Amino acid sequence: MTTFLDTLFNGLALGAVYALVALGFVIIFKASGVMNFAHGSLLLLGGYLTAVLHDDLGFAAALAVSVLVTAAVAGAMDRFLLQAGGGADPHTAHVQTIVTIGVDIVILTDLSRRIGGDLLSLGDPWGDDVSALGPVTVADSRIAAIVVSALVITGVFALFRYTSWGLSLRAAAEDVEAASLMGVRLVRVRMLAWCLAGALAALAAVFLAAFPAPGLERTTGQIALKAFPAAILGGMASPPGALAGSLLIGLTEALVAGYQSELHVLGEGFGDVAPYAVMVLVLLVRPTGLFGGKAAVRV
Amino acid sequence: MSERPSRTRALRLGRTFAAVAVLCALPFYLDAFWLRIGLFSMAAAVGAVGLGLLSGTAGQLSLGHAFFLAVGAYGYVWLAGEPGPGLPTSVAAVLAVLLAGAAGGLFSPVAGRVRGVYLGVATLALVFLGHHVLLTADSVTGGFNGRSVPPLELGGFSFSSDSELTLLGVPFGAEERLWYLGLALFAVTWFTARGLLRGRPGRALVALRDSETAAAVMGVDVARHRAAAFVVSSMYAGLAGVLLALAFRRVVPDYFGLVLSIDYLAMIVIGGLGSVAGATAGAVFVTALPLLMTRYADQLPLVAAPGTDDGTVGPTEAARYLYGAAIVLILLFAPDGLHGLARRLRARLRRIRAAPPPAGATAPSPSPASAVRAKEPTP
Repeated sequence: MTTFLDTLFNGLALGAVYALVALGFVIIFKASGVMNFAHGSLLLLGGYLTAVLHDDLGFAAALAVSVLVTAAVAGAMDRFLLQAGGGADPHTAHVQTIVTIGVDIVILTDLSRRIGGDLLSLGDPWGDDVSALGPVTVADSRIAAIVVSALVITGVFALFRYTSWGLSLRAAAEDVEAASLMGVRLVRVRMLAWCLAGALAALAAVFLAAFPAPGLERTTGQIALKAFPAAILGGMASPPGALAGSLLIGLTEALVAGYQSELHVLGEGFGDVAPYAVMVLVLLVRPTGLFGGKAAVRV
Repeated sequence: MSERPSRTRALRLGRTFAAVAVLCALPFYLDAFWLRIGLFSMAAAVGAVGLGLLSGTAGQLSLGHAFFLAVGAYGYVWLAGEPGPGLPTSVAAVLAVLLAGAAGGLFSPVAGRVRGVYLGVATLALVFLGHHVLLTADSVTGGFNGRSVPPLELGGFSFSSDSELTLLGVPFGAEERLWYLGLALFAVTWFTARGLLRGRPGRALVALRDSETAAAVMGVDVARHRAAAFVVSSMYAGLAGVLLALAFRRVVPDYFGLVLSIDYLAMIVIGGLGSVAGATAGAVFVTALPLLMTRYADQLPLVAAPGTDDGTVGPTEAARYLYGAAIVLILLFAPDGLHGLARRLRARLRRIRAAPPPAGATAPSPSPASAVRAKEPTP
């Protein structure tokens, strides 16, 4: 029973972090129709900046700086590289998706070169402390991950719901032309969406590198790829769906890893790929994800 | 008027023959390094043409191309090798291609239903699940260390350097022999893909990409064509996989990762979506660039030789920088890729050549070439 609760909690914490990344994907997709392949390297950039700066500035300030810088990089990338081509038709989004691959390669190469084989500590305040929560012992960093993610995600949803930017974003996602005619500044709305996604990625990096993970490696960014199935599971254009998908993916991964000995037929390390198996199964039944609406086709 | 088409056709035929002659003569002059680049480029081109068919023409985004390459490569190795059935290598090669097609067919329940970005990520799953299987199914794939590839034999002729062979004073090793194999397979790919694209199936796929509803109304069987595009593209990938396995002489799971899939996607986008020639150009560009950069690292400014102290930019890194930047720049300035760039350049050249006579006299007489171009999918 304790093992089960342990695993459940791990899954929840993992899902909370994935949710930060997946939410970024979904925001970007909603705003621009682009699948951001550079998200992993944005995440790594955020983590790297925190790791380098925390000695001089302290953790909180370093995190703030890295979140801001990552947001700025994401925004600049959208404004100067993706939107330079202009237009919002599906083909442009296709090409822009590939442009993010190019950006990803450049950023990732540079960061890998700088990080090399090192494990960087982010200097987070939780260290390797643990607390007892009823019958299970959990790492403080995991509790922090859940709490911070919940707060931040609530904040993002409030942004969507109550600010004029959120309204503009939803309007633009619904119908670009109509939104533009109503005076929505598409360029700015879209750029801000990218900034927000970048900030979320930088924040997620902290929890991905914190205990019990050994630290920030050059492969940390690849974890962002697991947020792809999370976002797809929920339906790419639905933020609540991304949340549900992330929890599902996190729980699946933790459960498969936790009960690996019972599942040894599937091979060692199946936990890492289990999210993808779940996603394929879900897509077979619901081709647009759990929460994705059926797109109406007008001829 | 009747003369011009035949003259352009003769011109085009002549150009094709010249290109083939040059390509056939190259092994007599180039050393193994260049031949290997050519070989990898040809294998990549075969795969890229397949992906172009699927993603460029049919509009189905696929990130799973590496998986089908792996099926082809490992299929060949297992079928021809020990442990495995130990079939004759030529039979194994054909079966491996069919196996890749079958894998694509098995995926068609997903491919037929899932669209756009969803399909892209669903195929992403193939790469990761496939990689996992390659690592864990030791008895078939050899696990992490992979397996060595038995050389192909065709009617007693071995595509390896086991037997001595000298033609016109040039020793023919594995690279020289495989070059001709690659060339033949690439020619097959080139003509079949162009035939497919220009014939009924190609039109149907383009119609499907532009509007599924409209295509269905015109009598295109949507699910069947979507599935067929996937199967055919997987077969090209399988062929490319076999060729790559022969060129590498060893297959390892880590090569067939997500990076490879992304490389192929980059090839077709850099080349220009929906065009066979573009996919080929993109494949050569993406394959040759890192190899050339590594080779000439010591002569490039700002690039350190491999193995010097870290913190400096090594050749592989420099190649990655350049590769990433090239993707961004090409798409920024030519969203329709190298193919579109070449097309516009040709149009401009023609305009300059047509300039001397007064523009009014030779009023816009559309040349047959431009009539053909209009039929190509405008991305």
